[in-house]
Amino acid sequence: MSCLQTIADYGLRSIGLGERLLPRTDFTLCQQVTLIGSGLIWNLYFAVFALLIGFFLATGLALARAGRNPVLRGAANGFIFLFRGSPLFIQFFLAYSALVLLPRSGIEVFGLTLPTTWLTRAWAGALLVLILNTAAYSAEIFHGALMAVPRGDIDAADAYGMSGWTRFRRVMWPTMLRLAWPAYTNEAIFLFHATTLVFFSAFPAFQQRGDSLYYASYFAGQTFNPFVAYPIAAGYFIVLTLALIGLMGIVNRRLNRHLPGAADRIRYRPQLFR
Amino acid sequence: MKKLLIAATVLAAATGMASSQTVRMGTEGAYPPYNFIDDATGDVAGFEIDLGNELCARAELECTWVRNDWDTIIPNLVSSNYDTIMAGMNINEERKAVIAFTQPYTPGMPSAYAALSADVDVEGGVVAAQTNTIQSGHVASTGATLLEFPTPDETVAAVRNGEADAVFADKDFLAPIVEESNGELVWVEGYDTVPLGEGIGMGLRQSDTELREKFDAAITEMKQDGSLNQLLVKWFGEDAMVFE
Amino acid sequence: MFSYCADPSLLQGFQWMSCYLTSGTHLLFYASFGMVLLLLAVTAPIALAFGYGGAMACRSPIGPLRWVGKTYTGMVRGVPDIVFFLFVPIALDQGLEWLRHQALCDSDAPVRQGNDFVVCAAAKLPLSDSPAWVHDTYALILAVIAFATVFGAFAANVLYGAMQAVPREQLETAEAYGMSARQVTRRVLVPQMWIYALPGLSNLWLILIKATPLLFLLGIEDIVYWARELGGAKTSAFSYPHPDWRLYYFLVILVFYLLMTWISERVLGRLTARLSAGQATLAGEAQRKAATA
Repeated sequence: MSCLQTIADYGLRSIGLGERLLPRTDFTLCQQVTLIGSGLIWNLYFAVFALLIGFFLATGLALARAGRNPVLRGAANGFIFLFRGSPLFIQFFLAYSALVLLPRSGIEVFGLTLPTTWLTRAWAGALLVLILNTAAYSAEIFHGALMAVPRGDIDAADAYGMSGWTRFRRVMWPTMLRLAWPAYTNEAIFLFHATTLVFFSAFPAFQQRGDSLYYASYFAGQTFNPFVAYPIAAGYFIVLTLALIGLMGIVNRRLNRHLPGAADRIRYRPQLFR
Repeated sequence: MKKLLIAATVLAAATGMASSQTVRMGTEGAYPPYNFIDDATGDVAGFEIDLGNELCARAELECTWVRNDWDTIIPNLVSSNYDTIMAGMNINEERKAVIAFTQPYTPGMPSAYAALSADVDVEGGVVAAQTNTIQSGHVASTGATLLEFPTPDETVAAVRNGEADAVFADKDFLAPIVEESNGELVWVEGYDTVPLGEGIGMGLRQSDTELREKFDAAITEMKQDGSLNQLLVKWFGEDAMVFE
Repeated sequence: MFSYCADPSLLQGFQWMSCYLTSGTHLLFYASFGMVLLLLAVTAPIALAFGYGGAMACRSPIGPLRWVGKTYTGMVRGVPDIVFFLFVPIALDQGLEWLRHQALCDSDAPVRQGNDFVVCAAAKLPLSDSPAWVHDTYALILAVIAFATVFGAFAANVLYGAMQAVPREQLETAEAYGMSARQVTRRVLVPQMWIYALPGLSNLWLILIKATPLLFLLGIEDIVYWARELGGAKTSAFSYPHPDWRLYYFLVILVFYLLMTWISERVLGRLTARLSAGQATLAGEAQRKAATA
């Protein structure tokens, strides 16, 4: 079987297209590279959606924490402590154990039956945990940046007659993002790496559709040789992490475009990572 | 002279091995009644522990038990972290390609499907099975959707909470669970006895022929004097399948 | 544990619960919390040492050494830590046994025979007749090395940044006093870098705490292993049959980690305040102002 054939058969295996059975004997390097790469679809799916949704949730949380309403502030603080103070691994376990306890027939709300079964699937349940987790970490970063917005910027906005939403949208938010971006880049990398935990935690793999580490450990288990499959997975992750850093760097340049010189080189402050 | 010296060292090594070598027996500790952790003491117990200790006594070996997760149980055997596997492991061709087995110490134990109702479609529904078992391999080759879990316990939990339509596992493992569920779990009609595998055997490294022969001889002895059948009855009940 | 626990099947309510919670497996569960703490206590200084070495390598004037340092820190950043946890212990184990095989065995047999990885009895690590605790300790040591490798790289990042952050004037002053490069490092750079490294190291400590459940993936019987084992539904083959209680066990673990985080944050906050005294940082400045006011 040629390598192209293998790619056609297994390239989309992780989302259920192509060959139904995984290879069981005579593993070729091509099969390992293809299947582990196929699993990356899941890692990217989790990372992209968790970061997109978590970003907005985090902004809200940071505002609630910085705001004057004590109830909102307490709730935001509690949420952030809960998700930053416990391991993601345990959060996955707990979420799965709790989500399977929901009634399978659905929950009645105002005469409507809300289905619940999809929540125990990795694509939804694990994504939910990842969103909440990254929201908590990002909120901490955004809150720190919000506190660091220069007083003068806000005074200037007041002088222009801006207030409330406009002032936040036009002045505070862009500055907050600019200040938070290096740390947020680190958070994005961490979250991307954390997606490998999904199928190693409580969420079961459906029809042997898993992420890249799921397939890497499948091959390592079948061939009893860790020296091939894991380095392949590691290689994929290095490439994608570099791509992510590049992408975040482009955004950083855009955020800093009014500050000549500041955006030439993104500087990561390691002490700011999570 | 040199040859003599080498011969002497080899001899010393061989005798040293025979006297002081402890055989490390790998098991999972999560598959009652075959092997489980006795919650009163924290040690492993079960049919295979009783049998293994008896086999070691007969083969005059010193044995000690090691627990290991199921999904890495074969890799850790071949990388010599322990010397044998007694973990309800069915003998099949795929595993034989990698490790060696003694003769089976149980008759071909059937597998079975259990579910919340007897009329579940096990050929087209969602079926839970433990990763890397002959059962999961079987489900993957049927039309059913395979749902894999690392421990056998979770496969049953998945059926209870509706995650899966049915669970497919060794019948002896499921039998006490079905019996004690007060009618919650039942056998799937027509699928309560699925012959699969060639019986359960002790797994060893392929290079370890000497040890395998010792255990093989002890199993033969226990089969002949009926003590193996007594153990089977003790752990699997009066109507357990026994050797003729 | 208690005298009335002899036959658990007769017990009810509180007595059953008190016996259940002191059964042999539960004692092992409680002991595994101690093991997590032990792992933290052992790993943290080793990771710090790895980090110091990495940071010094990154600053080294010798090219190859600098590249090694940069590659080490960069690679761990690019690869998920869990990949290292799965890979390092097994690779290390096979590597060490291979080395011992070359040194101690007189057979020429290859180490890989088909699928088997076989070394002679004398080369096994640990020796197969060693008691169980030696095997457990060995597995734990491999885990510690895997953790230290990953967290050492992070620590190297932090310490490298901290060394760069020490004000250049302080080092120049030391040089002006005629100190050698080694003396500058030992007497000024290292003592002064801690205040700049502390925020990063605090963060790292909190991450390390939260990475400990990954021990479970290394096949070590830690709190996650026991929570899954004890929480699962038990049939009457066991002394204490019960339905699926995993949710409660995981909640206990969650509370444990939240407590650890809470205590660590308190302690680290105090440490920062102490280290800030007299430093040329904002916090140090604030302390000076408060003292004079």
